[in-house]
Amino acid sequence: MNLPEPRSEHLGTVELRIPSKPEWVAVARLAVAAIANRLPFSVEEIEDLKLAIAEACTICIQQGGSGQSIDVICDVETTHVRVDVRDHRYRERAEGGAPRRPAVTAVEGEGLGIFLIQALTDELEYGVDPQLGTQLVMTKRVGA
Amino acid sequence: MDIKVHVRESEDDAYVVELGGEIDVYTSPKVKEAITELIDQGHYNLVINLEKVRYIDSTGLGVLIGGLKRVREHGGTVNLVCTNPQIKKIFDITGLVKIFGIFDDEAGAKKALA
Repeated sequence: MNLPEPRSEHLGTVELRIPSKPEWVAVARLAVAAIANRLPFSVEEIEDLKLAIAEACTICIQQGGSGQSIDVICDVETTHVRVDVRDHRYRERAEGGAPRRPAVTAVEGEGLGIFLIQALTDELEYGVDPQLGTQLVMTKRVGA
Repeated sequence: MDIKVHVRESEDDAYVVELGGEIDVYTSPKVKEAITELIDQGHYNLVINLEKVRYIDSTGLGVLIGGLKRVREHGGTVNLVCTNPQIKKIFDITGLVKIFGIFDDEAGAKKALA
């Protein structure tokens, strides 16, 4: 007999904007850890999420260069957290009414970061393009 | 900067790079600088002690891989000391356990260099 999936309830959305510079990545990492702490994640799952967020911010910095900003948007549900990491180019395009996600999905030379995010989270969608911007959206489920 | 880098020569002609704190996109250049300096001085057998490292990301792994590639060109090697389960897991996931010698203590890592 298949048991029904536990119902998920939206608990809130937290948005953080950090400068697109290496010294600020730790702030995003720690903030997301604090958010994940509100759900019954294990210590190991929170460590996985911290690393995944840091890798996503690092990719934004490496692809987009320093000096702008990165948005980290956490949608917190009772069963999972969905984190959307996007650079300033994405935001500018979205404000101009452009499509939601960059069309190209490739990260040249940054395979290890993407590989780690894929291994440490349950879902990952990403788009990276020098002109269109960078966006990585990942989901981590409790106890998955 | 939450990274501590301490380099010391051990009695058996090996150099130990002792790291502590967090190795990420911000701090990894300092680790790279220390490893590069040792290699430039002609030291090709290195032990990198990660026992006091709480966190490492792909840029930190990249620095370790870069160091290993350079010493191997001179017939040397890099052995790691790592006991933190979360960091060991990252080496497992990335397959780097097959590339680096990973040891539970410094004595084992140094012995394997000989």
